[in-house]
Amino acid sequence: MTTLTAKDKQTVKAFWAKVSGKSEDIGASAVARMLVVYPQTKTYFSHWQDQSPNSPAARKHGKTVMMGVGDAVTKIDDLKEGLKELSQLHAFTLRVDPANFKILSHNILVVMAVMFPTDFTPEVHVSLDKFLAAVSLALAEKYR
Amino acid sequence: MVEWTDFERDTIKDIFSRIKYDVVGPAAFARCLVVYPWTQRYFGGFGNLDNAAAIKGNPMVSKHGTTIIQGLDRAVKNMDDIENTYTELSVLHSEKLHVDPDNFKLLADCLTIVVAAQLGKEFTGEVQAAFQKFLAVVVSSLGRQYH
Repeated sequence: MTTLTAKDKQTVKAFWAKVSGKSEDIGASAVARMLVVYPQTKTYFSHWQDQSPNSPAARKHGKTVMMGVGDAVTKIDDLKEGLKELSQLHAFTLRVDPANFKILSHNILVVMAVMFPTDFTPEVHVSLDKFLAAVSLALAEKYR
Repeated sequence: MVEWTDFERDTIKDIFSRIKYDVVGPAAFARCLVVYPWTQRYFGGFGNLDNAAAIKGNPMVSKHGTTIIQGLDRAVKNMDDIENTYTELSVLHSEKLHVDPDNFKLLADCLTIVVAAQLGKEFTGEVQAAFQKFLAVVVSSLGRQYH
């Protein structure tokens, strides 16, 4: 389920090339939605003074996340190796329950649908969904 | 019983009054068959589902997509008793159709994506939360009669 075919990789790279210019907006929107639709995710951000979905901290976090996603696109041929350090960070420092990767991935997909309704076809959707699942798995690699 | 805020009620009614059933239903169902291809297991009699283009153009897929969203309409009209509204449909999906209830969630996710694409910026986080809550109640009700 997480093996990306050549077609998947091509599709993801092509779509990312189209949308990466808006990656900050995508990230901010995805994080904002996550905090609103899945309020339990706010528990990871109790250190933010302002936990509201459009706060500067939330926007910044969205940017950070999408930079990671963009980086993962360049390492698409070996996500496990490429995301090794990020996995260490999430496993030992952040300790985000991996169930939340699925939640954030879902919200990234929703934002793609909102911002790029014609480009986010079912074919792009399935490849991007597989890619985000593979990224999530690579991020959880060092957990135990 | 599920508690709905005024915002949630208004949002659900608004969404369903704005979307075109014969566009959103087929689009969401077709997307589900493409994104989660194992769901095709229930539709052996539907003819050509070989690729995304075939699925999108398949008239049986379109017809079934419309049927599904008309089924959702019943929940929209009975928001205070979705559970009982879906008793028969739940029995049907369990006893006759033998659909794994996990699949309902997959279709719900595709509906969310399609409605998001239709409504664009108006599909705010708050609207998304209301829509997903509504779909979660529908999904739960459809799974209730399984045993």
